[in-house]
Amino acid sequence: MARIDSSPSNTQVQEEYSGGGEHTRPASLLLRELVAHLRDNRTQLREEWARRITEAQLLTAMTKDEIFAEATSVYDNYVEALETGTFEALQAYARNLSERIIPRGVETHEVVGIVLLLRDVLARSLFAKYQTDFTKLNRILDAYEPAANRIANTVAVGFVQERERIIREQQEAIRELSTPVLQVRERLLILPIIGVIDPQRARQLTEQLLRGIRTNRAKVVVIDITGVAAMDATVANHLVQTVEASRLLGATVIVTGLSPEIAQTIVNIGVDLGKMNTVGDLQGGIEQAERLLGYKVVPFAEAS
Amino acid sequence: MEVPILKQGDFLIATVQAALTDADLLHFRTALIQQVVRCRSRGVIVDVTSLDVMDSFASRTLREIAQMIRLRGAETVIVGIQPEVAFAMVQLGLKLEDVATALDLEEGLAHLQQKSESTA
Repeated sequence: MARIDSSPSNTQVQEEYSGGGEHTRPASLLLRELVAHLRDNRTQLREEWARRITEAQLLTAMTKDEIFAEATSVYDNYVEALETGTFEALQAYARNLSERIIPRGVETHEVVGIVLLLRDVLARSLFAKYQTDFTKLNRILDAYEPAANRIANTVAVGFVQERERIIREQQEAIRELSTPVLQVRERLLILPIIGVIDPQRARQLTEQLLRGIRTNRAKVVVIDITGVAAMDATVANHLVQTVEASRLLGATVIVTGLSPEIAQTIVNIGVDLGKMNTVGDLQGGIEQAERLLGYKVVPFAEAS
Repeated sequence: MEVPILKQGDFLIATVQAALTDADLLHFRTALIQQVVRCRSRGVIVDVTSLDVMDSFASRTLREIAQMIRLRGAETVIVGIQPEVAFAMVQLGLKLEDVATALDLEEGLAHLQQKSESTA
């Protein structure tokens, strides 16, 4: 079954798992014995694991068949990582798995939970097998435990990193979605702001607006903040700066849609909005903008 | 670095072509007000399209130019402030208050025309 030789992979496995002087050779032999045991008992260990997962009420977002299919992959990858001592394949698998299950609503505690359960199931089976030889059991565990811990770590970290990557992507998407600069008449732009404005988004808004003013040669801009629930002093200051910067490009800014809460906040903070043109709602703002630009809107009936 | 000042009817157009030293700015201020007097101009456009930075001294000098020219009964318009420069200016608190601004030369001339028609 196992051969002790001095090939590089053997040495690597020894260094990887044993860390001790006098046990190095037996450790690699034990590891192969361990891996063989896990492969031979694959079916029942996997079933035991799936049973425990259901019992612990984990992965409730997935069906029994799906759990079993994933369990098979995880189990095989687990044993392979134990055997080869390399974790790149496992990392790639963990990321791939995370990409699939995160949209299904699987949470971090579930992923960590199932990996730890597998660790327990395998450990128990080792206890059962080597219960008559305590010394050997200890040495088997010496080989098993560091590797099992590293596997649990790799999978959990892979999952969390994938979640963070998705969150960052979503944040970026939201940011891009909610700051369009729209031209509604010649020389008239509207900037409807929706949601939460943090300093980074405020800066992005300003840059986008200034570029829009230059590109569209806008003379009037209506910034509508109906969709903004709350504003603090920093953001209010950003708004004032945006108005001033727009003026430097020759455009007048009308701010519309200040909610009662925001109006109150701004007065309380004492931000100087004296030079800011404000109108109650977007309709009023557009009407004033049209007046400033010299447009008059009349119904067809009147015009005849 | 000399700032070229061109005459366009009742107006003067001064085009700043590169970053000006403090000394250049003061020289420009003097040259411009002398031209306003010599040509009896009703309006001045200062085109800063080529400037990619505007510091506090430049900003103050532009305000002084506008004030001096106003004392001669003429209007000044600063045109061509770039978006990045405008953003940097407001963050530093350089507001160019009481100085008219416009997007570009065309807008600046339109502004001056409008102003001189209403005061004529």
